[in-house]
Amino acid sequence: MESKLHISVSPHIRSKRNTRNIMLDVILSLLPATAAGIVLFGGSAVAVVVTCIAAAVLSEGFFNLIIKKEQTVNDLSAVVTGLLLALNLPANIPLWQAVIGSVFAIVIVKCFFGGIGCNVVNPAITGRVFMLIAFGSMAQAAFPVDSASAATPLVELSQGNVPDLLELFLGKNGGAIGETSVLALLIGGIYLLARGVISWHLPVAYIGTVFLFTLAVQGDLTVTLAYIFSGGLFIGAIFMATDYVTSPSTPAGKLIFGIGAGVITVLIRLWGNYPEGVSFAILLMNILNPFIEKWTPRKLFGGKKA
Amino acid sequence: MAFSLHGVHLPHRKNTADTAAVAMETPKTVTLPMGMHIGAPAVPVVKVGDHVDVGTLVAEQNGAISSPVYASVSGTVKAIVEQLQVNGRKLPAVVIESDGANTPDPAIAPPTVTNQEELVEAIRKSGIVGLGGAGFPTYVKFKVDPAKVEALIINGAECEPYITSDSLTMTQRADEMADALRALETHLGIKKVIIGIENNKKSAIAKMKELANADPCVQVVTLPAVYPQGGEKVLVYHTTGKVIPAGKLPLDVGCIVVNCTTLACIGQYLKTGMPLVDKCITVDGSAVKEPKNVIVPIGTAMEEVFAFCGGFKEEPGKVLYGGPMMGVAVADLSAPVLKNTNAILAFDQKDAVAGKETACIRCGACYNHCPFGINPVALEKAYREGDAEAMEKAGADVCMECGCCAFICPANRPLVQNNKLAKVALRDARAAAKEKEDQK
Ligand code: SF4
Ligand code: SF4
Repeated sequence: MESKLHISVSPHIRSKRNTRNIMLDVILSLLPATAAGIVLFGGSAVAVVVTCIAAAVLSEGFFNLIIKKEQTVNDLSAVVTGLLLALNLPANIPLWQAVIGSVFAIVIVKCFFGGIGCNVVNPAITGRVFMLIAFGSMAQAAFPVDSASAATPLVELSQGNVPDLLELFLGKNGGAIGETSVLALLIGGIYLLARGVISWHLPVAYIGTVFLFTLAVQGDLTVTLAYIFSGGLFIGAIFMATDYVTSPSTPAGKLIFGIGAGVITVLIRLWGNYPEGVSFAILLMNILNPFIEKWTPRKLFGGKKA
Repeated sequence: MAFSLHGVHLPHRKNTADTAAVAMETPKTVTLPMGMHIGAPAVPVVKVGDHVDVGTLVAEQNGAISSPVYASVSGTVKAIVEQLQVNGRKLPAVVIESDGANTPDPAIAPPTVTNQEELVEAIRKSGIVGLGGAGFPTYVKFKVDPAKVEALIINGAECEPYITSDSLTMTQRADEMADALRALETHLGIKKVIIGIENNKKSAIAKMKELANADPCVQVVTLPAVYPQGGEKVLVYHTTGKVIPAGKLPLDVGCIVVNCTTLACIGQYLKTGMPLVDKCITVDGSAVKEPKNVIVPIGTAMEEVFAFCGGFKEEPGKVLYGGPMMGVAVADLSAPVLKNTNAILAFDQKDAVAGKETACIRCGACYNHCPFGINPVALEKAYREGDAEAMEKAGADVCMECGCCAFICPANRPLVQNNKLAKVALRDARAAAKEKEDQK
């Protein structure tokens, strides 16, 4: 007799969470920063955001078609990658460069490694670093229309000028589309925490380390705050470093990752050749991630003493 | 206690909470499988055509870990059939046709209990097995050196969604629980009894606190309403702070864990001598018209119990023995209510089909929610690679199959299924290694 009843292994109920709604939460959490970027940088920011998302989604879709893999664009992870990459680019970047960066991030960094969950490094970060190296033009950051300065705050800082803290916090300064408004990024971060998408460990360890290390070197609170409000630290610590695939799972691992990324960021910022070190720091920690995972396991309940 | 173990927050859906249990009319037939417990199956002692009363021995236990089976209705033995159990074993089952009279066996009388040995024998004869789900013969737990027992822990956690039958036991059968405790304290010298209850079961906690006030040995510990509090190792940890090592039993840390309904049934048997013949079960789920707690003769077909609860709103897509987290899906509604059944749930088509499995996004949710710190992703990888050492290291032996990992997984991955497969693979690998060793 054929049974109409489903037989499956327990559990028979599942939480409402799925990959798609997690990605949707990440997209929502990035909207304040996106909006801030559009307000600050105008229509060219819209063009970059739309271009990157479209290029990311289309390249993943085509890739799946070509290799006859199940279509995965519905999970929205390509949208997240495209959006994150866009927010890390200056508004005045030539759009063809934005397309190449997005395709690189999706096809080379993500799809070639097996798609979602299989990449070794964060696609958006790697896309950005690739563009930085491939097109030097990246160094010329865009500036808001009413910006008082013609240099990014990190460049200003390296020349000994301290930008206005409130302006930095609100984002009225030069930089990538989504990285300048600390306020908007914090709102998104709080949303992600509240929704349980990320935990506090990594961002707090990362930003805290940069803060303490910078303070120890600079010895001045205003200068230190200016440093942590500048550049890509908040977007990197809250949205890029916390990427599930390329960061540790356990709280201890997250703390180590955050501290490591913080130290590298400051080293590059203060003594390196580039004014900004967040992307390199995260990329490097991505590569170290498997080792961190290995050394920070949860203790097995009742397991043999290691 | 150090800290709370991880777990998941579940929707409680205790639709039947604080509703009195109703007794079901006697079914026309009951089917009594021989394997309603962990251990060797019981052996039928009746023949087709024999007359039995309620409480007449139908099958005797077989071996040290086993349990006798008693008739749950009066009537005639109609057949002894071979039946496929949910675990895939084929075992005999005794089918009794009821005469509708429910005549109790005249030989039934309260047992005489004056020492531990007689108490253990009484519990053995009662046919009681772990009623919380596992079905381990209860008397075996008490066949111990009393000096080794520091605490008796009563499991009233009832952490699975829907199920309320244990809470009902605590609010309605506190006297029987107290009787059983008195006997265990007297004959096993138990000095410490801890009743663990999830903190959201207010009336059960109140009633058990009354019991504790009357008995200085007893204390009530409220547990966080985080699934799975009812897992034996979790319960022992949260009530005593003791960690049961992998592959060990509660007794290894001086504890005996007994489910609250099991305890009440012991009390009832000591008072009346009527063995375990019926069960109060929760009948619920999205396909059930009138969710209820029902007192059901053991061996009643599920479909009759569902019919008693108003039948189905729509054709069910999935039917379970037990709760949605650890329950077992049945293929056929004729499956009987067993000794250790605490709930039967029927879900509509929509709830029956699991979401689509997608790629792991390495979010770590499974790992971070596992009460025991197992990383299901690592375990899956070890299993796929057939690496026994890695499976052991990842915690294949430790997993209690509570389902937190699979519940929380956003990619709908069949993690518990993997864990079960890994367990079997690890056992096989060990057996193979041992054989090799022996050949040398
Ligand atoms: S690995 Fe086992 S013990 Fe851990 S959550 Fe999953 S089923 Fe429960
Ligand atoms: S919860 Fe699911 S998606 Fe997340 S790491 Fe575990 S298996 Fe992968």
